[in-house]
Amino acid sequence: MRREIPMIVAFLAGVIIILEFFVPMLRDVAGQIQQWYLVVVAFAILVGAFNLLRINYMKVRDRRADWPYSVVLIAGLFAMAIVGIFWGIEQGTVFDWLFNYLMFPMSSTMFALLAFFVASAAYRAFRARTVDATLLLVAAIIVMLGQVPIGSIWVPAGWPHSLIFLTPDWLKDRIMEIFNTAGQRAILIGASLGVVSTSLRILLGIERSYLGEE
Amino acid sequence: MKFVRWLADIDRRILFLLIAVAVVVPLIFPLGMRVKVTTQAQNIYDQVESLPAGSRILVSFDYDPAAAPEVHPMALAFLRHCFAKKHKVIIMALWPQGAQLAVSAMAEISREFDIVYGRDYVNLGYKPGGDIVIKSLGSSFPKVFPTDMAGEPTANLPVMARVRNLKDIDLVMDLSAGDPGIPAWVRVANALYQRKIAGGCTAVSAPQFFPYLQTGQLIGLLGGLRGAAEYETIIGYAGKASRRMDAQSIAHLVIILFIIFANVSYFILRRQRAEKGEGPKAGPSASA
Amino acid sequence: MDGLTLFGTWLAAILTLCILSFLYKDNPFYKFAEYLFVGVSAGFWIAYNFHNLLVPNLVVPLFGADGALPKLVEEGQLDLRLLTVIAGLLGITMLFRFFPKVAWVSRYGIAFSVGLGAGLAFVVYLQANCIYQIWGTVRLSPVVITESATGWTFDWGASLANTLLIIGVVSALVYFYFSKEHKGVLGATARLGIWFLMVSFGAAFGYTVMARISLLIGRMEFLIDDWIKGTLTTLGLL
Repeated sequence: MRREIPMIVAFLAGVIIILEFFVPMLRDVAGQIQQWYLVVVAFAILVGAFNLLRINYMKVRDRRADWPYSVVLIAGLFAMAIVGIFWGIEQGTVFDWLFNYLMFPMSSTMFALLAFFVASAAYRAFRARTVDATLLLVAAIIVMLGQVPIGSIWVPAGWPHSLIFLTPDWLKDRIMEIFNTAGQRAILIGASLGVVSTSLRILLGIERSYLGEE
Repeated sequence: MKFVRWLADIDRRILFLLIAVAVVVPLIFPLGMRVKVTTQAQNIYDQVESLPAGSRILVSFDYDPAAAPEVHPMALAFLRHCFAKKHKVIIMALWPQGAQLAVSAMAEISREFDIVYGRDYVNLGYKPGGDIVIKSLGSSFPKVFPTDMAGEPTANLPVMARVRNLKDIDLVMDLSAGDPGIPAWVRVANALYQRKIAGGCTAVSAPQFFPYLQTGQLIGLLGGLRGAAEYETIIGYAGKASRRMDAQSIAHLVIILFIIFANVSYFILRRQRAEKGEGPKAGPSASA
Repeated sequence: MDGLTLFGTWLAAILTLCILSFLYKDNPFYKFAEYLFVGVSAGFWIAYNFHNLLVPNLVVPLFGADGALPKLVEEGQLDLRLLTVIAGLLGITMLFRFFPKVAWVSRYGIAFSVGLGAGLAFVVYLQANCIYQIWGTVRLSPVVITESATGWTFDWGASLANTLLIIGVVSALVYFYFSKEHKGVLGATARLGIWFLMVSFGAAFGYTVMARISLLIGRMEFLIDDWIKGTLTTLGLL
């Protein structure tokens, strides 16, 4: 029963949400369980945060490799959480200051590193070895040129409309509106069919991996 | 040939340095290039223009600091346009950092316009749950947001008067860096409640939203820094995005040259190896 | 710039440079910033969820403004606020994951959220990402005729675009059909589909490059304008 009752809970929760679209009387019930979902999500986030704390605490306790950095992690976690919970999170609070001068710059810079790696990858790995790779490369170059003003800097003001297909801007727009839309649409349809079938499998109890091991 | 071989195996830190220079130099010495406006951006502008003054526009800040360089300028440009047209703006966030970024955006905007919190705009704050939150908004706004971000009951705020659910919203503008974001608003607010959705997103996610543009599920899209620069151009404001496009231009040019040089050196070395009767090389060697 | 802002700007700049130092090689400064970032982010999530989730959705519905627990029956009416206790209990079951002997209790909370998510996904994904997208394709006409002052004209551009879009969607979908071997007509169609997908991925790469470079531009702008120019201006040197 430790697996069967949760499966029934999953089934009931999902079916109420689906039926709500067709049975107006279920709207209040669906609204109520949607509110409950928000509470469960809050606890799920707490589980993640506590798990992070637990792993780093054990690293410090057992003096594993890089344990001093775990002290920094735990200190940062407690500082931010305590300051936010007890002194509020509005504009002008210490929490807001820490967000603007600690979290914001670090988060932005972590992702800014990717610019260097994407440039390095473009140089070291992007080779026109096959027809497919060449198509990908050519499309990427046209889009990169078309996205920025410098790509069209050679096009004079009176460029004839009949030759507009030679400009990176026009080519980029056609690639996005036709080829990109076609490819992304096929991916969207395929992925959505996958989501629908997985959702059905979960609701019908065929897919049980979310329950963990026996 | 030694030079070609050196080019093929170049230390990646030299590549990093070249990219850094390509970005920094135009920031110090701007070129002043202007972007052309696409129909996707123009459609958003035209939609805001067509709404009568006092229309209710929901702006959802669904991004984090990592996406701020691209999305924040478009948020500022869009808000400037809305307040210039005297629309009422209801701000919310499906990402927690989005609510903080909304605070910082409004701090800047409120210095430029004669707007009053509670009367002209409200910040409802963050709600987790993505699709579930949007679906709940379709039933009842007060149930999802009984108070604003500061704890003030939304029933007391004039801007929230007559906003019972999503159907009372005239336009949704979603500023998004992932999911929950534009996909969630299209899946729920447009598909279930037929709301008009406009989107602003990071460039990395923009290509996947073009199918939504073609079907009309999205009325317009601002993609990345270019989209932000386009909106600044349309409203006639010389903002950060327009300035950053110079650095973007040079960096793109450098990366294109990287690709061209790398492929030229690859084909030269491949032909050389074929002439010598050697097999194909595995790839560029790793360097520190 | 006031003192606190200047201090904050310098702190942000130092942390930025610590992270950028990874480009030379992994080092203690980068590791320090990385671990600090993870800790501060987790603390941010905890504080934010306390104020935006737990308090308005659990504490306030249960205890209300006066801080008293609601009665089950008030003036002959069942008080539905008590149902929020079920939400709290489901949430608390998630915490049982930390205790191996009773970890199975967390299945209730997980099953509830997974089931609810699956139910919603079933409807919205089918409607928005499947039916709408198919509708968007089948309503396209390969023959577009427009009315002008001189009469009806065949619009070559729109007709070609629509035709290519239809062919692209169908051939790319054929590529994703793996229940039959890609040979003959099916194989040729799948090959065409791959070409459309490759162009699509190339476009996605171009946009990805744009996105990453934009993030770098943002940080460089901060270092140049806010940090260096801001400090020099505050010290009266600029």
